[in-house]
Amino acid sequence: MKASPYLLLALVLTACFTLATGIEPRAGSWSNQAKSNNVFSLLFGDGRRMFANQFFTMADVYFHSGYYPSIFDARKEGTKEIIAESHGHTDSEEDERKEDFLGKPKDWIDRFGRHFRITEHTHLEQNQEREILPWLRLAADLDPQMIETYTVGAYFMCQHLNRPQDAEAFLREGLRSNPGNYEILFGLGRLYYQNYHDTDRARNVWQLALNCWMKQDYQDQRENRLGFEEITVNLANLERDAGNGEEAIRWFQATQKVSPAPRALQKQIDEIKMKMAAPSPAPTNSLR
Amino acid sequence: MNTIWALAGIVIKELYRRKDFYVLFVLTALITIATGMVNFFHDPKIVRYVKDICMLLIWISALLIAIVTTARQIPAERESRTIFPLLAKPVSRWQVILGKFLGCWLATGIALLVFYAFFAIITGSREQNWPWLSYLQAAGLQWAMLAVVIALSLFVSIVSAAPSSTTTICFIVVAGILLVGGHLNSVALNQAEPVQTILYTIYFLIPHLEWFDIRDRLVYDWAHLVPWRDCLLAALYAAAYTGLFLLLTWLGFRRKSLNT
Repeated sequence: MKASPYLLLALVLTACFTLATGIEPRAGSWSNQAKSNNVFSLLFGDGRRMFANQFFTMADVYFHSGYYPSIFDARKEGTKEIIAESHGHTDSEEDERKEDFLGKPKDWIDRFGRHFRITEHTHLEQNQEREILPWLRLAADLDPQMIETYTVGAYFMCQHLNRPQDAEAFLREGLRSNPGNYEILFGLGRLYYQNYHDTDRARNVWQLALNCWMKQDYQDQRENRLGFEEITVNLANLERDAGNGEEAIRWFQATQKVSPAPRALQKQIDEIKMKMAAPSPAPTNSLR
Repeated sequence: MNTIWALAGIVIKELYRRKDFYVLFVLTALITIATGMVNFFHDPKIVRYVKDICMLLIWISALLIAIVTTARQIPAERESRTIFPLLAKPVSRWQVILGKFLGCWLATGIALLVFYAFFAIITGSREQNWPWLSYLQAAGLQWAMLAVVIALSLFVSIVSAAPSSTTTICFIVVAGILLVGGHLNSVALNQAEPVQTILYTIYFLIPHLEWFDIRDRLVYDWAHLVPWRDCLLAALYAAAYTGLFLLLTWLGFRRKSLNT
């Protein structure tokens, strides 16, 4: 008896389908790949983290519009400027001098070659900061545990691009990957306070950030004093603006313990004390 | 001169008959369009990363077309033995060299024109801005750089055994110059003698192809053009190296046995 090829094909297809229904549910648990929710973790596995820092650096390169040292240029490794800016640092003249990694031309080839390169230190401005976002997005996809990606991205979206919703979504994504991270919580609190003007929510989030900071071991606390200072000084400002003088003083005093400029903080404490001591203006009875 | 143009015409026809250019162009277009369609934080105005990727692909494609097309010219003529009737026309060997060079250079120029037109359409449609003079400078300088690369490939194809080895050698040399060439002086200064002198000698001998790479100015919307006088000087520099490599090619080819 000669079997029809179509019949054989149908038989093979039926066998494949039956096997697939049996194997597919088990196959999901064979490797973590099935659980990965982005293309990079599927393609590169944990190796993707190696590239995340490179993409973060690309964001810094874009922030400088291409004026950036290569591995051959002499420049001391320091904090990336996008990180410094997200902590409120602005370039002084000395910083600008340090950024001049090119120096004087070494020979005629070097001198002539500079006519074709970007040789001026500039930063993106006037909403052009958006150009760094793709690299931060990629860095976050490659290494979800890289905290700076979320804080820097959210800072630029809030402060320069006026897009707090996107910033909040990005920070929350970071928080899901890094539960209880005080830096992301601090960024979230800043967003609530400065962009949404939601004092209660900002206070709660910053207090949670402070609790998370406290949970670090002693060595980490010593290394991350700037984080403590940022949280407490912002809590102090929030309480002062909300009219809670005593709370504000308490936070300023806490900041003084780690701040490099305790005198400036003392001045603010004194100002609050003076306001609290001054008699409140007598209420005028306008309704007679 | 007519003979040289006729030879060049054959090379140009070969470029559009072969599939190399079409494949590279379609790949460049597909990758650029795919990356351009990615939505980052719901912001449609983000464009520089698309320009960056597109320019990188244009540079890689142009180098591939230039080196691969040039590397097979003379070996293919020898292998198929068409070099004998060609030289019996009569066409002299230096005319063959010049014709092949001109053909490859013009063919790459046509390819560059298509690539840059695509780049202008893609970026212009997103930015609503067409800095034509910047495009002209970038394409012109790249084309001048490709003249050196084509002349170098022609020279290596005379010396080396097969087109594949010519392609590999040329890619390594060109990529090395583009990535490290401009920094050899800085590297040399940190070395002890005699390495310092050797590196500095190489630095002064190699053609500095990295000068001709002004992609950053296009990608980062740099407002100032490169001074035209400097562009002209760079073109003269490229012409000098092109002439040198063509002379070396002719010296190697004029006494070379044509039997395979």
